[in-house]
Amino acid sequence: MKSVNTELGATSELFMLLASIAYVVALIFFVLDLVKSSRTIGAVEARLAAGQAQAPARATVLAGARGGGASAPASAGPAMADTSMQYSAGPRRSSARIAVALTVVATVIHAAAVLTRGIAADRVPWGNMYEFCTTGALVVSLIFLITLTRKDLRFVGSFVVGLVVIMLCAATVGFATPVANLIPALQSYWLIVHVSIAVASSALFTLTFAMSVLQLVQSSREARIAAGGPDKAGFMRLVPPALSLENLSYRLNAIAFVGWTFTLIAGAIWAEEAWGRYWGWDTKEVWTFVIWTVYAGYLHARATKGWTGTRAAWLSIVGYLCIVFNFTIVNIYFSGLHSYSGV
Amino acid sequence: MQKSEPHEKQVTLNKDTARTEGIKPDAALPALGFTGTLRWAWKQLTSMRIALFLLLLLAVAAVPGSLFPQRSANPAVVTTYLQDHPDSGPILDWFQLFDVYSSVWFSSIYLLLFISLIGCVTPRAIAHARAVRAKPPATPRRLSRMPVYGTLEIPAARTSGAAITPASAATDAAALLKKRGYRVDVRDVDGDRPSVAAERGFSKELGNLVFHSSLIGVLVSVAVGGLFGYNGQKVIVEGDTFVNTLVGYDAFTPGTNFSDDQLEPYSIRLDAFDVQFDRAQESHYGQPLDFTASLTTQDGPDAEPKKQILKVNAPIDIGGTSVYLVGNGYAPVITVRDGEGNIAVQGPVVTIPSDGLYTSLAVIKAPDARPEQLGFVGFFLPTAFVDEQGVSFSRDPDPFNPQLNLNSYAGDLGLDGGEPKNVYVLDTENLTELNSRNSDNGGIVLGLGETYDLPEGKGSITFDGLKRYIAVDIHHDPAQLGALVFSVLALAGLSASLFIGRRRVWVRTGEHPDGRVLIEYGLLARGEDPRLPAEGAAVEKLLAGHWLAHQDKAGENQLQPAGAPAAGTGAGTDGDNGKDNE
Repeated sequence: MKSVNTELGATSELFMLLASIAYVVALIFFVLDLVKSSRTIGAVEARLAAGQAQAPARATVLAGARGGGASAPASAGPAMADTSMQYSAGPRRSSARIAVALTVVATVIHAAAVLTRGIAADRVPWGNMYEFCTTGALVVSLIFLITLTRKDLRFVGSFVVGLVVIMLCAATVGFATPVANLIPALQSYWLIVHVSIAVASSALFTLTFAMSVLQLVQSSREARIAAGGPDKAGFMRLVPPALSLENLSYRLNAIAFVGWTFTLIAGAIWAEEAWGRYWGWDTKEVWTFVIWTVYAGYLHARATKGWTGTRAAWLSIVGYLCIVFNFTIVNIYFSGLHSYSGV
Repeated sequence: MQKSEPHEKQVTLNKDTARTEGIKPDAALPALGFTGTLRWAWKQLTSMRIALFLLLLLAVAAVPGSLFPQRSANPAVVTTYLQDHPDSGPILDWFQLFDVYSSVWFSSIYLLLFISLIGCVTPRAIAHARAVRAKPPATPRRLSRMPVYGTLEIPAARTSGAAITPASAATDAAALLKKRGYRVDVRDVDGDRPSVAAERGFSKELGNLVFHSSLIGVLVSVAVGGLFGYNGQKVIVEGDTFVNTLVGYDAFTPGTNFSDDQLEPYSIRLDAFDVQFDRAQESHYGQPLDFTASLTTQDGPDAEPKKQILKVNAPIDIGGTSVYLVGNGYAPVITVRDGEGNIAVQGPVVTIPSDGLYTSLAVIKAPDARPEQLGFVGFFLPTAFVDEQGVSFSRDPDPFNPQLNLNSYAGDLGLDGGEPKNVYVLDTENLTELNSRNSDNGGIVLGLGETYDLPEGKGSITFDGLKRYIAVDIHHDPAQLGALVFSVLALAGLSASLFIGRRRVWVRTGEHPDGRVLIEYGLLARGEDPRLPAEGAAVEKLLAGHWLAHQDKAGENQLQPAGAPAAGTGAGTDGDNGKDNE
C-alpha cells in the first residue's frame, strides 16, 4: 500500500478552488448573455415590426424527429434558437463566447484538480463523496463542452455551469475529505468500472434535468403565446422549442439509462463479490432500483399516448431528484452497506 | 414495454385497440359477460398505460423498504424497532413494512407488471417473427413524401457506355443496399419504373424483445436461487476450524427446497488474520487498509489440506459455495474459575466491535460455575486509555494496551430453561451484581495476563491472551450465473433497442427519352430516428459512388441534395424525375 501524497492533495484542493472561481465567472457571463441577447432580439423585433409587416416566415421542420403524424408546434415568436440547435449566423453573442471560453479554462483547471487528486491518492479519484461529486461535475462540464462542438447548447449554459458550481460547493463545503487510501471494502477494480459509469450516467442525467426544466418553462411559454398572451419570459427566445428540447433530452436519457443499467448490473456483480449476494435491497440498491424504474417509466412514457411532452419531462425531473436524494440523503442519513461517504 | 410510435400500424394495433376498447365499454357495461370481462381486464392489463402505471407504482412501493428496517437485512434491528415503537410498530408490521420486498402488495405489483409484460411481449414476438419473414413493404407511389428524399441521374453518355438500364440500376441498388445490411426486394424489373424496397434494423425490435424477456429470466433466476440456495454465517477465531455442516454454522438460512445433503463436508481453518491500519496519514490515522485471512482448507475429511488467502472483495470458492470475509474483531482468551476453584469457562470470547477503534462489547457466560452461575458484561479495548473523568476508552484499533473492563454478576443466567438465548446479550434480571463502576467493589479492569478475584470468593477471571477472529458469510446460489447471463442479455437488448434504427429505403429507377437514367430514393424510419438524414446521405453517396464515381467531368453529375426535409421541399423536387417517365 503506497502512502498518499498530502502535498499534492493540497495542490489539488487549490486547483479545485480556482476552477470554482472560473466557473462562477463563466456563469455570470452566461447569464449576461441571456439578458443581453434577449434585449437585442427585443430591439430587432421592435424594428422589424415597425419596418416591415411581412417578415419572411421561417418555417422550421423537424427532419424525421416525429415521423409524419404529430406536427411540431409552431415556434413561439421569432425564436433565435434553431430547432436543430445548430450554430446559426445570428448576431454575435460576445458574452456567450466569453462564457464558453471561461468554461473551457475552468474545465481544464478542474481536470487538473481531479487528476492531481487521483495521483496524490494513487488510485481512481472517486472513492468518497467529495471525489464522486468533483469528478461527476467534471464529467458534466466535459459532456457539455463536447456537445457544444456539435450543437449550439449555449442556452443551457447558465443552467449547467450553475449545477457544476453547486456540485463543487457541495463537495468542498459539505463533503470535504482529505485525500486518503481506500478502505478494504472499496479495494476492487469494480470501483473503477461501477462508479465511473455511475458518474457518467449521473452527469448525463444532470444535463437532461436542465433541459427538462427548460422544456417545461418553454412549453408553458409556447402555450401562453399560442393563446395570445404576452411573452413574459423573453430570455427563453434563446432556447429552442420545447419539442426539440424533449427530443434531445430523450436521446441523452436513452444513453444515460443504458449507463445506469450497466451501473446496476456492475454494482450487483461487485456486491456478490464483496458481500456474497448480488442483490439484497440495501438502501443504496433500493434507490438505484427506484431511479432505474423511474427512467424506465420515462422511456415508456415517450411511447404512451398522453404521456409525452410535459409528463415525460416531469418524470425526467423526478428521476434526477431521486438521484440527488440517493447521493445526499441516502448516503449520509440512511444506514446501509454503502456507507463510504467519508464525511 | 417500450412500444413503437403510435403511427406505426402493425405493432401498435393491439395496443390501440386495447386502449380504445378499454374505454368504450363504459357506455355499454352490462353487455360484457364473464369472458368479456376477462378479456377487458386482460386488455387493460397489457395496455401501455397500465404497464407504465405499474412501473411507476413499483418505484414508489420500493421506497418504504429503505425507510423502515427490513427483516431480510437485519432482523435484530426490526425487533428493537418493535420494542421502541409499541404503538405504531405492530401496525407497520401488519402492513408488512418490515418485509417490503416479500410483501403481498409489493409482490402483486411486480407480478402484475410481469404478466402485463408477457402479455405484451408475446404478440409482439409473433408479429416480429412474421415481419422478419415478410417482404419489405410496397414501394410508395410518391417517394417524395418520405421524410428523407433525394434524386440523382446517370447521364446518357454513361448509361450507353456501361449499358445501364433502369432494371440494371435497380438490381445494382439492391445489391448495394444488401451489402449495407438491408433486406431487399426488387419489384417490376421488367416494367418502366423498377423499384427496390429495402428494410434494415430488425434487431431493434429483437433487442427490445430480448430485453424484456431477459427481465423475466432475471426474475426466474432470483426465484430459483431462493428455492435451492442457502446461506449461513460463521465466526472463526484464529486457530479454529469450521466444518461445513448444519451444526457448524452460527446462523443458517436455507432456501425453500434445501436439504442437508446439499452441504459438502469441507473444512476451513483460520491460521492467522492480519490487519493493516493507516499509520502514515494524520487525517485518516488508524483507518483500515488491508484485511488478510490465511486459511487452511480441505475439500473433505480425506482431502489434501490447501493454503488459501481470503480477503475482502476476494471470496474463495469451495465445495460449491463461496466464502466471503464480511467482518472481524478481537477474541480475548479468558479463564473463569468458579467459587469451588474449578475452571468454568476457558477459551476465546468473541467481542463485537462498535466503532472504528474496535471498542468491543464483551459478554461472558459461565453456566457451569458453582455454587452460582457467573456472568460478565463490559468492553474490550485494544489500546486502553483513561480520560479525565476516569472513563476508559480505546485510542487505537491495534492491540497496544489490550484491556477488559467488565461488570460481573452471579445468580441464574436463565439458560437452563432450554430457551435459545442470544450469546451476545446478558439478561441481568435474575442476577446479583458483584462488580460495576458504580458499586463499592468497582469494575473489573484486566490487562493482558492479569487475574481478578471476584468478591465474596465467588471465583476469578483471568485474561490469558488475545486472538483475532473473522466473520464469514457462506453462500450457495445455483441460479447466480443465470441471473448474470440474463442481466447481460438485457443490457445488450436494451442497447440494441435504443440505438439501432429501423429504416426503410425505396429506390425507383426510370429512363428519360434522351437516355439518362433517373433514380429517386426515399427513406422512412420506424419510430424516432434522428440519424435518418445521415443514413439518407450515406445511401446517396453509396449509389452515386457506384454509378458516377469514375466520371471525369464532375459538372455532369447532377446530384440533387439528399436528406432535404420532405415536408419543405418534397413537392418541388420530385417533379422532374416523375413527369418524364409517366
